[in-house]
Amino acid sequence: MTTPATPDASATPAAAADLAIASTALTKRFRGGQLAVDHVDLAVPQGSVYGFLGPNGSGKTTTIRMLLGLAYPTSGSAELLGVAMPDHATEVLDKVGSLVEGPAFYPYLSGWDNLARYDAADRSVNPRTAKHRIGTAMERVGLTAAAKKKYRHYSLGMKQRLAIASGLLRPRDLIILDEPTNGLDPQGTREVRALVRQIAADGITVFVSSHLLAEVEQVCTHVGVMRTGRLVFQGPLPELRRTGAARITVHTADVEMAAKVFAKLGLADPAAGAPGVPGDDTITAELGDASPEIVCAELVHAGVGVRGLAVESPSLEDLFVGLTGEGFDVEH
Amino acid sequence: MSSTDFLPGADPPVTPRLGGLPVPPIPPGQRNLRFFLNELRLIFFRRRNQLLLGVVALFPLLIGIGLKVAAPNSPGGGGGGPGVGGPSGAGQLFNQLAGNGVFLTFIALALLLVLVLPLAVAVISGDSVAGEAGYGTLRYLLAVPAGRTRLLVVKYLAIVVFAVAATFIVTVVALVTGIALFPHGPVTLLSGNTVSLTDGLWRVLLVTLYTCAAMAAVGAIGLAISTFTEHAIGAIAAITILVVGSEVVDQVPQFAAAGPYLPTHWWAYFDSFLRMPMDTTSIWHGLLSFAVYAGVFFLIAWARFTSADVTS
Repeated sequence: MTTPATPDASATPAAAADLAIASTALTKRFRGGQLAVDHVDLAVPQGSVYGFLGPNGSGKTTTIRMLLGLAYPTSGSAELLGVAMPDHATEVLDKVGSLVEGPAFYPYLSGWDNLARYDAADRSVNPRTAKHRIGTAMERVGLTAAAKKKYRHYSLGMKQRLAIASGLLRPRDLIILDEPTNGLDPQGTREVRALVRQIAADGITVFVSSHLLAEVEQVCTHVGVMRTGRLVFQGPLPELRRTGAARITVHTADVEMAAKVFAKLGLADPAAGAPGVPGDDTITAELGDASPEIVCAELVHAGVGVRGLAVESPSLEDLFVGLTGEGFDVEH
Repeated sequence: MSSTDFLPGADPPVTPRLGGLPVPPIPPGQRNLRFFLNELRLIFFRRRNQLLLGVVALFPLLIGIGLKVAAPNSPGGGGGGPGVGGPSGAGQLFNQLAGNGVFLTFIALALLLVLVLPLAVAVISGDSVAGEAGYGTLRYLLAVPAGRTRLLVVKYLAIVVFAVAATFIVTVVALVTGIALFPHGPVTLLSGNTVSLTDGLWRVLLVTLYTCAAMAAVGAIGLAISTFTEHAIGAIAAITILVVGSEVVDQVPQFAAAGPYLPTHWWAYFDSFLRMPMDTTSIWHGLLSFAVYAGVFFLIAWARFTSADVTS
C-alpha cells in the first residue's frame, strides 16, 4: 500500500491517478460566515479503506457533499478518480456509489421500485440488465425477501442496507459511505462492517466516515481525522498508532538523578511528578526508540533506586480524542 | 490528462463484472426515455395524485348533473349561471348548454380553470423538486448521477404531461356527461353562427389544447418555486397564492394596464375559439404569454437548480 503523500502530490497527474480522492485546500464557508471545511487536503489511495473520522459537526458531511458535487466549494478543488469535481460530476459519479447522511427513498414505493427509480435515473446503465442488477444488489445486502415491501415499513437497519444496495447497483471503483452505521444496533453495525470488508475485497476503494473510531478501526487501512473543519491527521492506520508515543514512568525517591539519566538517554518531554499531584515521586518521559530494559539498567547503574517502572501506550481511542478534542467543540 | 483513464476506457469492464450479460449499445435517447417514463410512473402511480385526478374528474360530472337538475326542461330559456362571475362570459355558455351538451366541456373548463386545474398542477409542480429535496432523494438522484439539467427537463416534461392529462380528463368527462344528459347536434357558437357537430368537437379540442398550454405555463412557475425550498407544501401554497393573486389583480379596473402581463389574464380568452371568425389575435397573445411565462420560469428554475447547494 502506498502511503498517501503530501497534498501537493495531487499536482502531478501521475500521483493523482493513484488517488481515488484528492482534494487541495478544499474550503466551504456557509452563507452565514461559518467555516465548515477549512483547507482540507485529502489523499485517498486507490484500493484503500479510508476511515474519515471526526466528531459530529466537524465538517465530514460537508466535505463529502463537495466531493460528490452536491455542494460547491467556496475555494479549493477536489478530484474523484482523477476527474475534477463538481465541473465533471456526471462523467465520474457513475463509478462512485454513495451513502450520504443516511438513507433517503420514496416511502410510498417498494424497496425494489426505489432501486429501479435510481437505476432509471442513471444514463449510463443498460436498462435490459436492470432486473438482474437490482436483484443482485438486493441479494447482496440480504433484502431479497423484503423487495416488494413498501419502504416506509422497513426497519432502520433495512433502510440502511437498501441505501448500500443502491450504491451497488452497478460496478463501482469507489464507494463513499457517510456514517453507514448511524442509528444501527450492534448487529446491524457488524453487518455493515462485513459489507465494507466484502466491497473492499473486490478491490473497490471505500471511503467511510464515522464519529466512532472503534467502528471503522477494524476495517480501515487509512484514516483521516477532522476537527472543526480541519484535517488534523491523515495517513495509514499504523502511522496513527505510531504518533501515539509510548511513555515510560519511573517511580523513585531520586527524581533529580533519574531526570539526568533521562536526559543522557535523550528521552523527550520529561516531566517530574504525576500529573496534578505535586511532590509525587514519579518521573515520566517519552520512550522514543529507547527500550525500557536499557532505561532501567542505566537508572540502576546511576544509582537511582527504582521502585517501579511502567511503559504505557495510549489507545487508539485516546489518540483520536487527543486529535479531535473532548466532547463538543464549537469554537467556530 | 489522467481523467481520460476514467472516461470511455472504464466502460467495457462494466458488464463482465456483472454476471457477463451482453450489452448491446443503447442510444442515449432510450435512457432518457426510461428516466422520463419512470418519472411519469412516480407521478401517476402515486395514490395521492390518482386521488387528485379523480377529484378533478368528479367536477364536470357534478356540474353536468347539477345543471340538469336545476334546469330540467327549458330549452332556450333558463336562468343562466348566476354563480359564475368569470371574465369569459361563462353566463352565455350556460345558456347554450340547454341547447347542446357539447357546451358542458366549455363550462367545465371555464369553471375549473379558475382554481381546480391550476391547483392540481401546483400540487405536482410544487412537489417536483421540493418533494425530492424533502425526502432527501434529490441528493441520491444527483449522485447517481442524473445530471441537474437533465433532471430538471425530465421533471418539467412530466409536469406538462400531468397538466395535459388533468385538462383532458375534464374535457372527456364533461363531453360524455354533456352528451348523456343534454341534447346534441349542430353547435350554435357564441357569435350566433351554427356549425356542424364535427366542427364543434374540433373547437372543443382547440379549447382543451389552449387550456393545456395555460397549465403548462403554471407548471413552469411551479417548477421554479419548487427549486427554492425543500417544503413541497410551501411551494404548492406559493403557486396557489400567485395564481389567485393574479386573478384578483386582473379583476381590479385600476390595474387594467398590467392585466395583459399577468400570468392568468389570457386563460379566459379561450372563448375566442367559440366565435366565427375565431379571435386569433387574442389566441396568439395568449399562447405567446404562456410561452414567455414557461420559458422565463424554466430558466429561473434552471439557474437556481444548477447553482444551488443541495443541503437536504
